[in-house]
Order: sequence, then structure tokens, then C-alpha cells
Amino acid sequence: MPYFDLSETPLRELNRALHAIAPGANDREFEVANPRGSHAVAVGCQAPVAVTIKGSVGYYCAGMNSAATITVHGSAGPGVAENMMSGTVIVEGDASQYAGATGRGGLLVIKGNAASRCGISMKGIDIVVHGDIGHMSAFMGQSGHLVVLGNAGDALGDSLYEAKLFVRGTVKSLGADCVEKEMRPEHHAVLAALLEKAGVTGVETTEFKRYGSARKLYNFNIDNADAY
Amino acid sequence: MTYHNPPTPPRKSATFDDASLAEIRRAAATGIYDIRGGGTKKKLPHFDDLSFLGASMSRYPLEGYRERCDTSVTLGTRFAAKPLHLKIPITIAGMSFGALSGPAKEALGRGATLSGTSTTTGDGGMTDEERGHSDLLVYQYLPSRYGMNPADLRRADAIEIVIGQGAKPGGGGMLLGQKISDRVAEMRTLPKGIDQRSACRHPDWTGPDDLEIKILELREITDWEKPIYIKVGGSRPYYDTALAVKAGADVVVVDGMQGGTAATQDVFIENVGQPTLACIRPAVKALQDLGMHRKVQLVVSGGIRNGADVAKALALGADAVSIGTAALVAIGDNDPKWEREYNALGTTAGAYDDWHEGKDPAGITTQDPELAARLDPVAAGRRLANYLKVMTLEAQTIARACGHNHLHNLEPEDLCALTIEAAAMAQVPLAGTDWIPGKTGL
Ligand SMILES: Cc1cc2nc3c(=O)[nH]c(=O)nc-3n(C[C@H](O)[C@H](O)[C@H](O)COP(=O)(O)O)c2cc1C
Repeated sequence: MPYFDLSETPLRELNRALHAIAPGANDREFEVANPRGSHAVAVGCQAPVAVTIKGSVGYYCAGMNSAATITVHGSAGPGVAENMMSGTVIVEGDASQYAGATGRGGLLVIKGNAASRCGISMKGIDIVVHGDIGHMSAFMGQSGHLVVLGNAGDALGDSLYEAKLFVRGTVKSLGADCVEKEMRPEHHAVLAALLEKAGVTGVETTEFKRYGSARKLYNFNIDNADAY
Repeated sequence: MTYHNPPTPPRKSATFDDASLAEIRRAAATGIYDIRGGGTKKKLPHFDDLSFLGASMSRYPLEGYRERCDTSVTLGTRFAAKPLHLKIPITIAGMSFGALSGPAKEALGRGATLSGTSTTTGDGGMTDEERGHSDLLVYQYLPSRYGMNPADLRRADAIEIVIGQGAKPGGGGMLLGQKISDRVAEMRTLPKGIDQRSACRHPDWTGPDDLEIKILELREITDWEKPIYIKVGGSRPYYDTALAVKAGADVVVVDGMQGGTAATQDVFIENVGQPTLACIRPAVKALQDLGMHRKVQLVVSGGIRNGADVAKALALGADAVSIGTAALVAIGDNDPKWEREYNALGTTAGAYDDWHEGKDPAGITTQDPELAARLDPVAAGRRLANYLKVMTLEAQTIARACGHNHLHNLEPEDLCALTIEAAAMAQVPLAGTDWIPGKTGL
């Protein structure tokens, strides 16, 4: 198993090795020790490898991930799994701001809490947060799902497009053009599948409320100017 | 006795001029601000307000057709393993697929490739046509991240992080519903037909310290191969350039107030930002103060029209220029041959700027397949290449007259200013004097 101790090996070597994985390569389990808050750890992966990071990471861990499964045994700094395309990123601890920002696919699971702007501009990613999320989460969310088992902060889903939000706890306030919506059978089914994928047990989909776009700001109308 | 007021000829107000009056009426009738494309329409101090001195007793000119005057430039020499080698110091600026049609983007790629220079994507991502027809393609990394994906990042030749545009420093993008075709909607992951306002701030970093880490991430993802540009609008060019260098840029692009846009509020275009002429010297000074002039390359844009503008921008210290509007005109935008159709849209060739409506008779700023088919990308690419060639020859003509065997050897000392404003902004002496306003001890 390739092993990288970031207290001894430069970050460049880790990322270079991850980018150099040939199709059909045997070494598919990477372990990273002593990340000590390093930025850009395991970014730009393109192969279905498993990367286990033993410790907390700085900014943009797992950025633009495709296909890899990356697990952080610690907390993650801002922008974890930003613009992820596919694959899975799991943060055992908490995540800072902009977790999963602009993500286009794959699954991001945060076992702790996520700070503000979780899922900002999300474009297809699925995000499951076991704890709470901060303010302005899913701002301008275009597509994908954000599932929160705890509470959401202020201005959830501000200027939301078509991302779907499910919150089990309280929502401090909704952002412009975000409204509570009916949970129909298809939403229960989608949510149940996401909870299962994220390893959440003992929680019923009936405990969640769904939020989505009121679609009132989709085309400019001067009489809505107060909302901007 | 009654007061008798003798008749006077009608006189219009300079303050409440026709354009201002028309705008008041338009606002009152519609309740919405005016959105349009292009750059500022008001007269600003510009390159026309500078003149070259040429050779004289103390300066030796080069022979027009015999002595070589080099035009090449390399962008991205600071950190990137694969810098861009351009034959001419004129690049094609970022203009989005969405704002422009597929054939228009292809034409820009073809023209740039024929000329040995680069073209740039825009908000909305990279199209295959554009990649396929561009030898050197710069990939814009914008706040909206529409269409952004690591595969395109890897197949780009350079990455341009867009902080701002000269037409709208501090503003986001706009693509109105009329132009969101199926393909544009799919590339941007948005429903068809809705107004799409791109964010004005990046979603995952806020200041120059974060940007430094973002650049590290982009470099790690692309294995330190690609030059990374930072594009800023002409707002605080000294500090923006210094901070871009600090954040780790290979190239800084400064886009002045005359720069074009696809669609922005008129009030924004006309009232925010600094003229291009005023941006160059502060940006160069920032690079010089940091010992980075010519190490981090400076690209200047906003209102570049001809080879004289290119030569002047380079003389003031830029390494290259970038063109948007002029490239569109070269491929056929606002061509008088469509005059009847412009009239039907309530405008005239040369003034058509409702690019956001997607009805462009020239087939350039549209997503309507019938209109877009009017533009032949091969012929249009050739026109762009011709135009770039003329600009280059013009700049060489001036450089030779000033005695230089490379366009980069042009100097501020080769210039004088024709107005006090231009002298102050470009920091070259007012013609006939040795006076540079704002400089003491001269
Ligand atoms: C139709 C059009 C679309 C544009 N789209 C973008 C864009 O997507 N991203 C960007 O950074 N700048 C965009 N710009 C600005 C240009 O990149 C460039 O800064 C400007 O056109 C330079 O000024 P000039 O038009 O006077 O040459 C656009 C400009 C035009 C005319």
C-alpha cells in the first residue's frame, strides 16, 4: 500500500503519484499520514483509488475529485471536495466553509458539522451532513441534494435554482426564493437512498422537511426588486 | 408695462442631453435598467491622446522592410513548466460560449491559431469546437464555475482566474433567458430559458491569502504545467497587480474601463472603473516595485483597436494586449452589410449593442441556429487573422521608426501626451513640455 508521510514527503509527490495511477494498476489504497492541515491534499484524483488521510487537512482537500474514495480521519478546512465530479469523500470530523462548493457529482459525507456556505453553487453533488450547517448554505445551488441531519443556519438556499434540500432539524431562516415544499413519495425515496449511501441509520425520512426554489426570481421582474 | 421676451433659438442642455433625456423616458416607461453589451460609450482619455516621438538626431530608426522587428512574447515563465509562446503580443480575450455562438467561438480559435496566438474560453465552459480549433487555449476559471471540470482544466494550455472585468469591476455575469438554448443550459447545469446571473464573487475563496491557496490547488491538479493568469478589472491596478503577484500568478491581465462585456447594466459600464490608459503605469509600477516586471507578464485590454494602440500599451510597459470587441468586429459584428436588419431592430450598424437579446443579424452574439449559421467560421477566422496581421505590422512600423528591433523595446520615453489628462494617466510628458502632471521635480 503506497504510504505518504507528509511530515517527510512533499505534497507534490503525493499528488503526482495519485495522478500517475495507470488504468488497471494494483496499488489502489493510499495512506496519508501527518497531513497537519496541509492544503490541496489528494486533489485532482481521476482513478478509482481509496485514499485514507490520518489527520486534519487544510483547504481544498479532495478538490475536483473524480472516481476516488477519500476519507479524512480528522477535520477538513475550507472547500473540501470542491467541484467534485464523482467518487466519495468522507470527513469524519467537521468541515469548514464552502464544503462541496460547485460540486458536479459524487457523494460528500460530513460526519460532524459543516460551516457556512456548505454546497454553495452546487451543480449535481450529493452532500450529507450528520450535524449542523452554517449560514448561506446551498447559495445559488443549481442541482444535486443537500441532506442535513441537524439544523441549518440563516439564509438557507438563497437564490436557489434546482438543488433539493432536506433538513431534519430547524432552519434559522430561508434565503431569497427558497421555500418549504411538500415531501412526496419520490422525495422520500431519494432521501432514503442518500441516507443509506451515507451510512446513516436509525433515522426516518419522515423526520425531514424539504426545501426548494420558488422559481420566482428565474426571470427578472421589476416587481420582485425588493427580493434582490 | 408688460414684459416682452424676444424669441431665442431653441437650445438643448449639455447636462440633460438627448441621451440622458431618452434614458429618463425609457426608465419611466419600463421600470428596469438598461442592459447592453460592449464597453463604455463616453469619450475617455485613451491611446489616441498619446503620440510617438519617432527617431531623430539622437535616435536611429530601423529600415522598414529590411531590418527585423521581433514580435514574439512568452507568457507564464514564472512557475509554469509549459509557458505559452506567442508569435504576436495580441491575444483574444475571454468571451463566453453562450454570449457568442459556436461558430463565432470557432472563428476566434481559427484566427488566433493562424496568427500564432492564444484565445480564451469564457463564462460557461469550454466547447469541443473551440478546443479543437485553437492551438493555444486559455481556460477561464470564473466565480460561476459554469461547466468547470478538471478534464477541461487539463486540456487547457493556461488557466485564467477571473476576478473582474473592466466593463464591470465588481459585477457578475448575465445571460438572459433568450440565449439559454438546450446546449447552453446543459453546459451550465441550469434550466432552459431562465435568466442566468453568474455570481460576482468566487464561491470558495475570499481574499488574496485564500487565492494563494486556490492557486496552489490548481497547480497541484494540473501538475504545475500550466501558466496561471489572474484577470482584474481596472479598479485598483497597483494593489491588484501586487496582490496577484503575491498570490502566485504567472500573468496578470488588467482590463480597463473601455473593455467590452456581453451584457451588463449600462449604468455599470459607464460609471465604474478606470480608463485603460490610467491602469497601465500603476500595474507596471507594482511589478517593478516587486522586481517582477517581465518576470510576471502583464496583459492589458480594454479598447485596443489597432497597431498603434498595441505599440502604446507595450511602450507603457505591458508585455501583451488582449482584444474582445475588435475581434468580434473583425469577424463581422456590426457590419453595415446587415444595415436593413439593424434598422428593423431599431438600431444601426456600429451602434447595435443588444447582444443579450440573441437576435444578432451577424450571427455572432446569438444562440439562434439560423442566425448563427450566417457566420462561416473558416472565412471569419481568416478575417481575424488578416486583422491581427495588420495590427502587428502597424506596431512594427512604429517600433522601427522609434529604432527598436523588438516591440518590447518600446519605452515610455518614446511617447508624448496630447492632453493633460493623458499626460497624467500615462505618466509621459505633455507634448512640447517636460511636464508630467502629478510628478514633482521634473
Ligand atoms: C461578447 C463578450 C463576451 C465577454 N465574455 C467574457 C467572459 O466570459 N469572461 C471575461 O472575463 N470577460 C469577458 N468579456 C470581456 C473580454 O474578455 C475583454 O476583457 C474585453 O472585451 C476587452 O476589451 P475590448 O472589448 O475593448 O477589447 C467579454 C467581452 C465581450 C465583448
